[in-house]
Amino acid sequence: MNIHEYQAKQLFREAGVNVPDGVHCTTVEEALAAYQKLGSNIVAVKSQIHAGGRGKGVLRNPENGELVMEGGVKIAFSKEDVQTYSKNILGNILTTKQTGEAGRLVRHLYVEAGCEIAHEYYLAIMVDREEKSVLIMASTEGGMNIEEVAEENPEALHRIHVDPSAGLLGFQKRNLGQALGLTGAALKSFFKIIGTIYQFFIDQDCAMVEINPLVKTKSDEIMALDAKVGFDDNADFRHRQLRADLRDLAEEDDDEVAASEAGLSYVKLDGQIGCLVNGAGLAMATMDVIKLYGGEPANFLDVGGGADEEAVTTAFGIILNDPNVKGILINIFGGIMRCDIIARGVIAATEKLELNVPLVVRLSGTNFEQGRAILKATELNIHSAETLAEGAEKIVALVGGGQ
Amino acid sequence: MSIWINEDAKILVQGITGKQGMFHATMMVEYGSNIVGGVTPGKGGQSVDLSGQKTPVFDSMVEAIQVTKADASVIYVPPPFAAEAIMEAAEAFEEAQGGGVIVCITEGVPTLDMVRAVAYVNSRPGVRLIGPNCPGIITPGETGGSKIGIMPGHIHAKGRIGVISKSGTLTYEAVAQTTSIDEGQSTCVGIGGDPVNGTGFIDCLAAFEADPQTVAVVMIGEIGGSAEEDAAAWAAEHMSKPIVGFVAGATAPPGKRMGHAGAIISGGKGTAAEKIAAFEAAGIHVANDPSEIGAVLLNALKEAGLR
Repeated sequence: MNIHEYQAKQLFREAGVNVPDGVHCTTVEEALAAYQKLGSNIVAVKSQIHAGGRGKGVLRNPENGELVMEGGVKIAFSKEDVQTYSKNILGNILTTKQTGEAGRLVRHLYVEAGCEIAHEYYLAIMVDREEKSVLIMASTEGGMNIEEVAEENPEALHRIHVDPSAGLLGFQKRNLGQALGLTGAALKSFFKIIGTIYQFFIDQDCAMVEINPLVKTKSDEIMALDAKVGFDDNADFRHRQLRADLRDLAEEDDDEVAASEAGLSYVKLDGQIGCLVNGAGLAMATMDVIKLYGGEPANFLDVGGGADEEAVTTAFGIILNDPNVKGILINIFGGIMRCDIIARGVIAATEKLELNVPLVVRLSGTNFEQGRAILKATELNIHSAETLAEGAEKIVALVGGGQ
Repeated sequence: MSIWINEDAKILVQGITGKQGMFHATMMVEYGSNIVGGVTPGKGGQSVDLSGQKTPVFDSMVEAIQVTKADASVIYVPPPFAAEAIMEAAEAFEEAQGGGVIVCITEGVPTLDMVRAVAYVNSRPGVRLIGPNCPGIITPGETGGSKIGIMPGHIHAKGRIGVISKSGTLTYEAVAQTTSIDEGQSTCVGIGGDPVNGTGFIDCLAAFEADPQTVAVVMIGEIGGSAEEDAAAWAAEHMSKPIVGFVAGATAPPGKRMGHAGAIISGGKGTAAEKIAAFEAAGIHVANDPSEIGAVLLNALKEAGLR
């Protein structure tokens, strides 16, 4: 789960991480009041969406698609600037490198006091899967895309792995600060902020904290000028209330939210062939094979271990909400769950929803013969396949795809 | 031979009195697994009926291992308690007999819990952790065998192919593919789909390379991380036995978690294309479609003069 910058900064503030003063706004009036309240001549007016690349993004009118403004993060030098920028941002669609072409409707704005920047750095904390420990990355090239820094200037990127039993140690913090060229008061300030952010990462069960840029001000203070925070969903049970309060459903796909509430794992894609599969790996493989046979998958959907009538009905409902779907491929490897039960569930769900798109069902594993016989006997528009390849080929042909 | 788990391995079930624990422990016994006891704190001294087999319940892993001399344990406890169950088992195996195999089936363990648990396990060299978020490990026997996990036992048959996978049902698919060309399995290991886990691809490859029963390996990867690339590089140096590989997620969009907590392309890294390229560069026989694994394996076996 991701949160907005303004939320991350509030959490930072509460945790004792140095951030500039700022106000969350949802209207132009609020933005103007925020400008007044901050009392800073220069402020940043920042679009709040769950995607990066906002500064270099483009704002468009949601109705006619016309260009409204270039740049989703603006520096304002006057009340008039704040008015113009907040009006151009709120209610318009922001498209960035990370949003995809559709972009995101901007509903939230953050107005933040400016600060005098002496240097910009990059800082990120994440879990290193291969080293199986928490990794802290920092670079002197703040404001840059970190993948580019890693590629073009790897010696500018410094890495620290935290020993899980020892925690982040003083010498590690000092070494990292020195590697960034910090001395004196700035090094001291860095020492404090890095310790606090690391503790925040652990306490909040984060998946990722990225601060780009982390800045040194002209008065040698280290400050988080940006804040991108993602949480580890597996740890939701430890932070239920806080995460429920922070979650912005408007930033998530409605069908993905409905699926997660039903205990299904669903990701919407752009193709025409819906898929319903048990198991995440097999669900990905099913999408891949549809593509291999010339079709385009409309979704990833893992129904989990028990593909019973209820689960299949819910899954069908979610898949069919997508108007692009022209056909559905069901791919089930019956393990503990028997294929004859799954076949009955599929038929019941098909009848219940009066399904009118072609359906190909591939059953394998426990009791697959009975399962296939049950599907063969039905009058419904259900086609059976023996292998995944055959199933993909059939559904691609039925939706008239393939080239 | 087989890897890590023999056909008659003595197994403990952590969380045996829970719904999942009872159900899967019963299925394991029906397959032929040798379950010698279970652990649920506060329920020591009771016993459970696993398909007619009366099985003792212990309060702690240390007590259970001392009494039963178990070789392995399987964990079915809920996510909030899974990491602690792993560490309890690791400490108990180390203390009581210097080692053991821990298989954690639980899905949804917080990543930072796993960071701590894996470090704890790794500081006890005799202890091996498989999982979490995995189907488990199975060594099929002539009759029955040892199934430690939730996989459908009956699709397996004793044989000479080693199987390693991050995924559940996709592993079953791979197993069925080996059977389709009249090959059985030495051991199948589900290493799990979480970002931080215990045993990895390389541990499995090394064990299969050393196992006289295994002549070839099927390795199933998926998007996210770089474990597949690392394994491919290792295999190019150290494996004499042929490997057949498949990677799921070629059509997965970047930045989206595909079911498994670890299955995500982040910052442009962890794509299927990179992994497949690494497989090919290492001489691994790549299947583009899971339905092809059998045919690709058959070719690889023929090439190696094994068929």
